[in-house]
Amino acid sequence: MEHILLRHRDIPDINKLDVYKKNGGFDAFKKAVTKMKPTEVTDVVKNSGLRGRGGAGFPTGMKWAFIDNKNWPHYVVANADESEPGTFKDREIMESNPFQFLEGLALASYAVGATVAYVYLRGEFWELAAFLDEKIAEMENAGYLGDKLFGTDYSLKIFTHLGAGAYICGEETALLESLEGKRGQPRVRPPFPPSFGLYGKPTVINNVETIANVPPILANGADWYKSMGTADSAGVKIFSLSGRVRKPGNYELPFGTTFRQLIYEHAGGVQEGRPVKAIMAAGASSSMIVVDDKVLDTPMDYASVRTLGADLGSASVIVLDDTVSLDWVLNKTIHFFKHESCGKCTPCREGTYWMQNLTERIHTGEGSKADVDLLLNVAKQMQGKCLCALGEFSTMAVVTGIERFPQDFKKVVKA
Amino acid sequence: MSLEKTYPKEVKQILSKYPPEHKRSAVMPLLFLAQREEGYINKASMQDIARILDITETDVASIVGFYTLYHDEKAGKYRMQVCTDLPCALRGADEFMQNLCGNLGIKVGETTADGLVTLEAVMCLAACDKAPMFQTQGTDGIKYHENMTVDRTMELIDTLKRSDREIK
Repeated sequence: MEHILLRHRDIPDINKLDVYKKNGGFDAFKKAVTKMKPTEVTDVVKNSGLRGRGGAGFPTGMKWAFIDNKNWPHYVVANADESEPGTFKDREIMESNPFQFLEGLALASYAVGATVAYVYLRGEFWELAAFLDEKIAEMENAGYLGDKLFGTDYSLKIFTHLGAGAYICGEETALLESLEGKRGQPRVRPPFPPSFGLYGKPTVINNVETIANVPPILANGADWYKSMGTADSAGVKIFSLSGRVRKPGNYELPFGTTFRQLIYEHAGGVQEGRPVKAIMAAGASSSMIVVDDKVLDTPMDYASVRTLGADLGSASVIVLDDTVSLDWVLNKTIHFFKHESCGKCTPCREGTYWMQNLTERIHTGEGSKADVDLLLNVAKQMQGKCLCALGEFSTMAVVTGIERFPQDFKKVVKA
Repeated sequence: MSLEKTYPKEVKQILSKYPPEHKRSAVMPLLFLAQREEGYINKASMQDIARILDITETDVASIVGFYTLYHDEKAGKYRMQVCTDLPCALRGADEFMQNLCGNLGIKVGETTADGLVTLEAVMCLAACDKAPMFQTQGTDGIKYHENMTVDRTMELIDTLKRSDREIK
């Protein structure tokens, strides 16, 4: 099957404007601006079943429809902060198929009436931001961005903005704070960004992959998109596969592809032919999936992964083989969350600190069974009490790791 | 020397991205600009940025302190930032780091005797399928180096050393 998002794998040089144009590029945007009402664009996206690819899976068209039309101006912000351990899909889209992403951003902007859109990139994407700036300039020169597009009254500008190293800025309200020139700390919600976003104005924030889906949906229609994937999860998804597999990388596949197909058919299986012990389907924010034959045959879509007591999230699939011990995995993930906690809310700031003390002690063989119990207790105390999802996510691997792989902890604690 | 005098074009271009009444948004790109000179941000630059944006020096300092890519202390000419997070560690990042330390004769967080490289362990850089990997942060920006071996890293350091000598 030809790629819908990673089209550069089928069409060389699609990152060049003329090649992108020759392959249908900007037709959808031109048609939308000249022949469709903004609400009609939103309706197509709504009907397509497209859900947010950043992890939450919120219906995209519904998010757009929430925008407050009594308060202006409106903004659209592309979340290109991609910082979840295990996620590396947005970077490939922007590096290799940049115009499809930028056209999608333009379509989203038109749909919600925004005349300015920002791309918030993590600061490490320094070279990528300069590259996108070039591509934006090319679009301006070709008349796809700027004033009075295609002879209509619609005008649009796109700007890039670099973060500076903070996982928390992937959380949408922290991202807005950061874009406003403040420390990236989440806001208390409600109000939500569609009513109170950037500079207090109605704002839609979408993940890069979500946005890249929009041009093909507009070009081919909602029914075409829904014909792929599953009833609950329409379309295709880029699975970022990492860990102990032979061929790690991004795989664009329809929702509903099984873990077994991804790992064994596409990625050549596990290194040294070892068995899969556990899967983290949503990066460091995952609940641990204990793997057996039945699990491997589970379709990867939002609803099916939930039946395994986990979430698909951003589909950053980390594969752990039988040489990996969970005490080490938890220590790694907790070091990450402790480092990235923004410090605004107490449960996360203090909780990740104490969890790190405990995972470190347990992993180095200095811990007792009581320490494992205490670690589990701290994680559970945090749940439901953090200001944003980051704090909640930091507890997932801890709770499910200890509960689902107790033998790994029995092995390392002092008697 | 103020940023507006050293980089007049860049400052203007940065400010043009944001609504004039929300020029505080420019604090992050201006800090990157200030960091170009010496690889870290000194007090004078913070005062300068505060003045340009009509915010307090404390506001600016709080941004420098919050984000990991801003530095308020001098380090090696290049910060070599190796990702040792879970996905990279599953592909040998910890061993890579250990061997690199051995080859350079320094510990994580230390700088080589010639002042060229400061070695740091960092969190996920969105390159999990290409580990071991690191980025180099220098006065000229940030570059990714993926699918690395210790040998190739030592070659890269030699190249950096040579170009450093040529500039001097």
